[in-house]
Order: sequence, then structure tokens, then C-alpha cells
Amino acid sequence: MTQAFDRHTLFFPETDGEAYTLGPLQSGPLCCVPEPLIRVTNLSVSYGNHPALKDVTLDIYRGCITALIGPSGCGKTSFLSVLNRLTDMIPGCRVEGGIRIGGQDILAPRLDVSALRREVSMIFQKPNPFPLSIRRNIEMPLREHGMKKRADLDEKLERVLTDVGLWAEVKDRLDKPALALSGGQQQRLCIARALALEPSVLLMDEPCSALDPLSSGVVEDLIGRLKGRYTVVIVTHNLAQARRIANYAAFFWLRERVGTLVEFGQCRQIFEAPAHDLTAAYVNGARG
Amino acid sequence: MAEAESLAVTRRWLPEALMTLAVWGSALLVAGIFLWLLGDLLWRGAGHLSWSFLFSSPLNAGRAGGIAPILVSTLLILGVAVAAAVPLGLATAVLLAEFLSSHSRFGRLVGLSLDVLAGVPSIVFGLFGNAFFSIFLGLGFSILSGGLTLACMVLPILVRTAEAALRAVPDDWRLAGAALGLSRTAALRHILLPAASSGLVAGLLLGVGRAMAETAALIFTSGYVDRMPSSLFDSGRALSVHIYDLSMNVAGGDGNAYASALVLIGLLILINGTSLWLAEHWLNRRILTP
Repeated sequence: MTQAFDRHTLFFPETDGEAYTLGPLQSGPLCCVPEPLIRVTNLSVSYGNHPALKDVTLDIYRGCITALIGPSGCGKTSFLSVLNRLTDMIPGCRVEGGIRIGGQDILAPRLDVSALRREVSMIFQKPNPFPLSIRRNIEMPLREHGMKKRADLDEKLERVLTDVGLWAEVKDRLDKPALALSGGQQQRLCIARALALEPSVLLMDEPCSALDPLSSGVVEDLIGRLKGRYTVVIVTHNLAQARRIANYAAFFWLRERVGTLVEFGQCRQIFEAPAHDLTAAYVNGARG
Repeated sequence: MAEAESLAVTRRWLPEALMTLAVWGSALLVAGIFLWLLGDLLWRGAGHLSWSFLFSSPLNAGRAGGIAPILVSTLLILGVAVAAAVPLGLATAVLLAEFLSSHSRFGRLVGLSLDVLAGVPSIVFGLFGNAFFSIFLGLGFSILSGGLTLACMVLPILVRTAEAALRAVPDDWRLAGAALGLSRTAALRHILLPAASSGLVAGLLLGVGRAMAETAALIFTSGYVDRMPSSLFDSGRALSVHIYDLSMNVAGGDGNAYASALVLIGLLILINGTSLWLAEHWLNRRILTP
């Protein structure tokens, strides 16, 4: 594995729009600048009286892909949705502990949640494009966030669709329903829609698991290309996928019916030299 | 292989046939009742129908002449009812479906009171409207009090159907909207309400149908003066009240009663058609499904 890295591409350039355009596939360094962007300390999440996640402390590094692995129901999705406060939408959900993104406390009650969610975007397991045209799927959120000029919108549309490799496929039917696209195309459209708002963090909740193997491969390649430009946190049940694309991996497990973080480290270490027996059993397919 | 297939077919033949018969029979029966009713109205009323019937005033207590002022009053009463009930109903439905969880105590209380209201006989609404709008608010016997009374009456239908229509919109889109930092208003305006529009319109049509058919609640509120109304504060006779009066109180008014009923049904079909067309081509013109 090469250790060489190009600071220019790995550091987050200032957001002048252009900086977010994806280049060709990066031959990825093992890890990026080891600078934590998201610092999670003693995070606990509970729904009503039922604790879902307990005492998680973890740093997520800027520009890297961090994979969350572990069996179903061990709090990975809860962890993910706390990071952009989507948990606010679940009645009875309580969050304790601290999360700082770029130094800012995102659990502060008076935080502008809408601004946070633009910065920390989420891609869901099931592709969820709006029942609008392909064009309006991208444009509507942009307009809502204040981009009104036709030329800007058009330019943005082409750029993000190119970034996710969809432009050539859909440029002749931008005003056709987004729901008529195939599952993989829909998921890439959702990623494009998120990228259009120029987030710095992308949360992905099993983005490939509802797709057929071919589309899944295309989306996976795309996620790999996001490395360096975006900080990606991805939940996946596909260990081979985690191994292929992630720089870091966090292994969650259910202890006394509550999700906990067992081990966190560089992806290679988690898969090749896990420090914990549970991790070893899980990544080798012996448990879970 | 062929034998097995033929065996399966013979064994399932009877229940299948009975089921088919029951389903088709019921549907035909329902359609038949409506057609019979329509045929009866046409048979007895069509002869009295003409342009002058629609555009002239009633004479001799409605035995002769037309229904122009009654048509105008009906549409005004309906207009008042829709203008009052739709914003209120939609806002309540949005609150119930989007802002309150289905377990919330307040939401359940509102839902329960709506269900009780929906079951209240219309005569009770008439008495309430008379006491509240006509006497307490001093609106007297007027199109305004009639329309507002009808609004109260159709509100439960509107709220419940609109709430169901909104709840039927997949949560995926709410989550997607929230994850993109869209405000709830934006999500409602661009996605949820347009996607629910066919359900919303269906509810509106149920409400309009009930309002158009209403007699009891109107006799005590908008009254039965059959002059052309000059403002919303005038008393006005609705079509349903006119039909009731002609067939019950006016000897020799049957012919015109049938003709008026025919107009009422025609009006309902017209309103239904227009609303469905509007929903299809305008309300959700941006909602695209493959």
C-alpha cells in the first residue's frame, strides 16, 4: 500500500464550488491526512426507554471513508442519523454525549439543523428520489436553498450528474420522471442531489444493498471516487465492500441488547489484525 | 403434467365462478341502482328542462318558471362552505399527519372530536348554525350562515380524507427532504401536498357532494327565500331545499322538482369532472411517476 498522498487533493479546498468536482478515479492512499473532522465522545442513543447505542467514542477522519460494520440492530443506523440530527424526527429519541463536527457542537439545541443537514448529507438504503423530473430532483433543493439563476442551476445540474456518471445516460431525458430510472441510477441521482448542495460529509446507510450486483458495483466505484473530496461514513453489511473502499472501519456489536462500539481502526488492521476476538470472529465470518 | 393441471382446474372451478359472479353482480347492482335513479329522473324531469328553466326565476311557488336564483344561491352557499372549510381542513390535516405523532394525546383528541362530528345528524348542524351564525353572530337567515354551517358539517370529512391522503405519501420522501435540509413547508409545498393531491381532491368531492345534498342544515340557516340574492347576507334557497319544498309543500310541483334534481346531479357531475381534471393537470403537474 502506498503512503504517498497529495495534500492538495486530500485537504479540503475552500468551498468555491469548483473544488468539489470529482476528478478521475483516485488511486487511493491507505489513509488520508489523519485529521479528525467528526469527534464523537460517549455517545448514547435511546428510543423511549430502550437504549439503542451506548457510550460510543470515535473520531472520523477528514476526506476518508469510514465503514461501520456489524450485525443488524446494533445501532449503526442510529449512529449515522445522529450525525445530521435526523434522529430529531423520531419521537421519543434521546441523544446523550458529544458530537463535534469541525469543532462545532452539533447537538446544541439551538443549532440550525437545516444548515447542518446541508453540510452533512445522507444517502438512504432504498433510493428515494422525489416523484419529480430528474431535473427538478436536483433543482428543487437548490432553489429552496437560494440558488435561483437559470444558468447556475443548469451548470450545477450538469456538473453533479457528470460527477456521478449519470449525465450521458440521462441528458436527453432530464424532464422525464426520476422514478422511471433503474434502481442504481436512482441511487446515483440521490447522491448527485446530495452533492449539489456541496456537503462536506456524506452519510450512507447501506447504499448498495437494495441494488442488483451490477448497479451495486457502479455505485461502489462512485463512492470510492468520493474519497478525498468528501468525508464518507458508510454502513455496510458487505464486508468485502467495506474492505475494498474504506480507509477506516468501526465494528459494532450487540452487548446485553445494546449496540456498542467494539473496535475502531484502520480498515486493514480491522480485517487483517483485529485486536478483539469478536471482531476477528465477525470479519472471518465465524459469527454474526 | 396435463392431467395434474386439469385436476387442479376442476377442483377450483366452482368457488372461482361464484366469486366472479358475486364481484360482478355487486358492481352491476350498484351501477344499476344509479342508472335506474338517473333514468327515473330523466324520464320525469327531462321534459321540463330547457335553457329558460335554468335562466328564469320561479313563478307560482316554483310550479312554473325556472331556477336561476336558486342555482346562484346554491353556488354561493357552496362557495362559502368550500372557502371556509378547505383552508381550515387542510391545515388541521397537515397538523395531524405531519406535525403530531399518531400517539399524541392532542392529535387523538382532535381525531375523536372529528369522528363524533362526522356522525352528528345534519339537523343538529342546522340548529347549531341557526343558534350560532344566525342569532349569536347576527348573520340572520343568509347565504353566509348557510355556507358556514355547511363548512362545519363537511370539515370532518375533509380533515379525515386529507389526513389519510397525506399519511399515504411514503415516509421516504419526508426523510429525503429532511436530509437535504428542506424545511417542512418546502417539503409540503413541493412534494407531499402535490403527491397527495388526488386523495385531497377525492375528499373535497365527498365534502362537496354532501354539502350539495344537504337540506336540513340549510332550512334553518340560509332559509328558503327564492329571490335572486343580492349579497351574501341575503337569504337564498339551495337546490336541495327547492326540491324538498316542491315535492313536499307545493301541489303540482313534481315536474319541476324532478327537473331541479336533474340539474343538481348534473352540477355534481360537472364539479367532479372539473376537480379531477384540475387535480390531474394542475395540482400535481410536477409530480411525475413512470
